[in-house]
Amino acid sequence: MEVTAAAGACCRGRGDHHAGEEERSSAKVVVPVGSDGAEVEPCVIAVDDSSVDRALVTALLRRSKYRVTAVDSGKRALEILGSEPNVSMIITDYWMPEMTGYDLLKKVKESSKLKQIPVVIMSSENVPTRITRCLEEGAEDFLLKPVRPSDISRITTRMLLH
Amino acid sequence: MEYSNLQRQAASLKKSLFDQGYLDEQFCQIEYLQDEASPNFTEEVVSLFFENSTRLMTNIEQAMEKNPRDFSRWDVNMQQLKGSCSSIGASRMKNECTSFRNICGDENAEGCMRSFQNLKREHGVLRQKLESYFQVLRQAGPAVTAARPRGM
Repeated sequence: MEVTAAAGACCRGRGDHHAGEEERSSAKVVVPVGSDGAEVEPCVIAVDDSSVDRALVTALLRRSKYRVTAVDSGKRALEILGSEPNVSMIITDYWMPEMTGYDLLKKVKESSKLKQIPVVIMSSENVPTRITRCLEEGAEDFLLKPVRPSDISRITTRMLLH
Repeated sequence: MEYSNLQRQAASLKKSLFDQGYLDEQFCQIEYLQDEASPNFTEEVVSLFFENSTRLMTNIEQAMEKNPRDFSRWDVNMQQLKGSCSSIGASRMKNECTSFRNICGDENAEGCMRSFQNLKREHGVLRQKLESYFQVLRQAGPAVTAARPRGM
């Protein structure tokens, strides 16, 4: 199941076009254009098999003015990554059936096309070896659930500096 | 006058949910995310939680019937449910999930059955109480939703 959190949850908060323009100019972000010449806003892909956690992380990211595409599996995330032109971050749950967040992280970092995309892992369990493994594989950060607004602020601030 | 009575009623229901340990601070974090763009966000997330938790509890019950003493399987399912409880601040349910997992670790099947029955009770009570709370909230209108219970 894919939830593109655009209805009422699109990146620029409340669909305020001027706020979006101001944010782009203040952050000095170079925004790619699509094939039709229209600017493509940066997107965060949120991956979690839990519908509750997808809703929560989407809302948290929306508050930070990100466009969010939320999906329920690593497989679906990879499909989106193949077609979405401007992904600024992937935030994924660690423990998911079939493909874990760690598996997804590895696939992203092994791809010449995707490896520059920051990947943040989330988990409800504080397992030091798991955290170390993810960071060593190239994860940008590792967040313990439930994720808080301060966690999102920290990682989104870091993304702006990328 | 009627409007402020409903507001007081909603605030009182919410306070009792916290005082009796059914909910913790995480629930406030969810309410914080509610805004004009998503005016029913809290209720929607709670609704998702009960869809999720009902399904997970059915899975656990079936696993306990069809896979007796498969403590590893029981634990994996319960871990998912615990995560879900934690995400919405369902504190008593989360604690019961923790208790179940500890008993599972001891490979105590009867203890797991008892714990699971407790969990089902907590689930039912929480659902009832939250349904009442949201019913009053809907009647009271949007002004009530962002308030933290006093003393929290």
